[in-house]
Amino acid sequence: MADSLARTAPSRRELAMLWVVGAVVFFGLWQLVAGSGLVTRLVLPSPVDVVTACLRMIVQPFAGDTLQDHVLASLGRWGLGFSLAAVIGVPLGLAMGHWRLLDDMVSPVFEAYRYVAPLAWVPFAALWFGTGIGGPTMVIFAGAFAPCLVNAYRGAQLVERQLTEAAQTLGAGGPRIVREVLLPGALPSIVSGLRVSAGLAWQSLVGAELIVVSSGVGFVLVQGQSNLSPEIVMSAMLAVGVVGLLIDIALRAAERRVRRRWGQKQ
Amino acid sequence: MIKNGADRMNWRVLGPRSAGAAVVSWISRRTLTGVLTLIVLLLLWCLATDVTGIVDRQRVPSPTEIAAAARQIMFEGYAGGTLAMQAYHSVRLVFLGFLVAIVSGVPLGLAMGLNPRFEALVNPAFLLVRPIPPLAWIPLAIVWFGLGDAAKILVIWFAAFVPAVINSHVGVRSVHPILIEAARVHGGTRRAILWDVVLPGAMPMIFTGLRLSLQASWTTLVAAELVGAFFGLGRVLMSAYRDIDPAMIATAMIAVGVLGAAMMKLLAMIERSVLRWRTV
Repeated sequence: MADSLARTAPSRRELAMLWVVGAVVFFGLWQLVAGSGLVTRLVLPSPVDVVTACLRMIVQPFAGDTLQDHVLASLGRWGLGFSLAAVIGVPLGLAMGHWRLLDDMVSPVFEAYRYVAPLAWVPFAALWFGTGIGGPTMVIFAGAFAPCLVNAYRGAQLVERQLTEAAQTLGAGGPRIVREVLLPGALPSIVSGLRVSAGLAWQSLVGAELIVVSSGVGFVLVQGQSNLSPEIVMSAMLAVGVVGLLIDIALRAAERRVRRRWGQKQ
Repeated sequence: MIKNGADRMNWRVLGPRSAGAAVVSWISRRTLTGVLTLIVLLLLWCLATDVTGIVDRQRVPSPTEIAAAARQIMFEGYAGGTLAMQAYHSVRLVFLGFLVAIVSGVPLGLAMGLNPRFEALVNPAFLLVRPIPPLAWIPLAIVWFGLGDAAKILVIWFAAFVPAVINSHVGVRSVHPILIEAARVHGGTRRAILWDVVLPGAMPMIFTGLRLSLQASWTTLVAAELVGAFFGLGRVLMSAYRDIDPAMIATAMIAVGVLGAAMMKLLAMIERSVLRWRTV
């Protein structure tokens, strides 16, 4: 266990070998247990079953649509809720960073909201906005809002005071300072907030779809569960994981670019 | 939200003998504005619901209705139990799931951080599990274990496991190599280096992971109970939604928020007492 405390660092090649061994052992064990008949397919489908179920769902519609159409439906809701959270949260956070009165007024309300789990909004969301587009969007918004606001606010506070004061001396008003000094200054922080919030939005979306919606990957999960077919549930989980991973990779790339272009010198 | 020196500006003292002055002078202006805002919002809410009734009562509950709902669930019970019973049930499950996740996740993360070979061996499986949101495990848990407690604990375990592993791993990696070198030069054995240098150094990161884990556990449990449960706060939320009882929904949401906040505070207290040596 304490091997890294020793002097022999493993070579790249050795690590790659171990990585392959780990993957083979993992999938091999899974296949072995599933294929041995110790557990039924109702409990643990083999990896091959999962992949075939996944491929079948891409070709044949399940629960009303093909897998990729379900993913697209989910992505649409995700985009709506996430952009709403960004469009409201980022400006509000920046404004709170500039006007202290607004900060003092919004902070307690925001703290109260933050402690309620996003999924607890599902009943009200369904009651207020229905279970079609509105309700899920509100749940996604509730999940994604906090990091948008917090990171814009912290970013605005990290902007050097001299910069805002210089802008003030030169006669810039509040809104202009927020737009032209705080926004570019806080941009790196905002973008990392957006990345976190995109991930949370995707998670909340899955939750909302599990409970109230009749399309999307979350719905496939529920249908697979009520059909007692774990291979479908696992394929949907795979789809959820892959899409979430792709979103994360895309936003990480965006974050790196923004940091390089706009990051303040440390 | 974030306290800095300037926010602690004191309220103007009105006069040496004014009774309120002494009180006002130690309440910061920030707190005062916050409390005033909350009071104004509460009044507006009362005005819109109880007094004028502009808002549809089937959708937005009024404060008096929420108070009535809170009394009902506290004393008579709702969805199969009183508030205390439902809350106890949920908190106990979170505690169990969280405990299992710590016991399995932190050592795994530490081992991955300490030993690159072990990390390479485990990583393929971990990378497969990691991007799957904990909520997506709920249906599989139901297929495996039904709607009972075992399914909930499994889901909470998945939710809390990943942040515990990642942060323990990062924590070990963030221990400065020079510290380990120094300990070795002074003749520290591997065991001593592990216990006296690496673990304490990783502790702050581990606690960050535990905070994330706890938060994820609570959110996930509420979701799992919403999807299907016999008991618990999520069950209360779902029953209230089916009965179209907005006051009860609001009551359950408040309970979820208060309990979540209380658990985070408790963990923060534990962190402070464990990491007493920390200066920051």
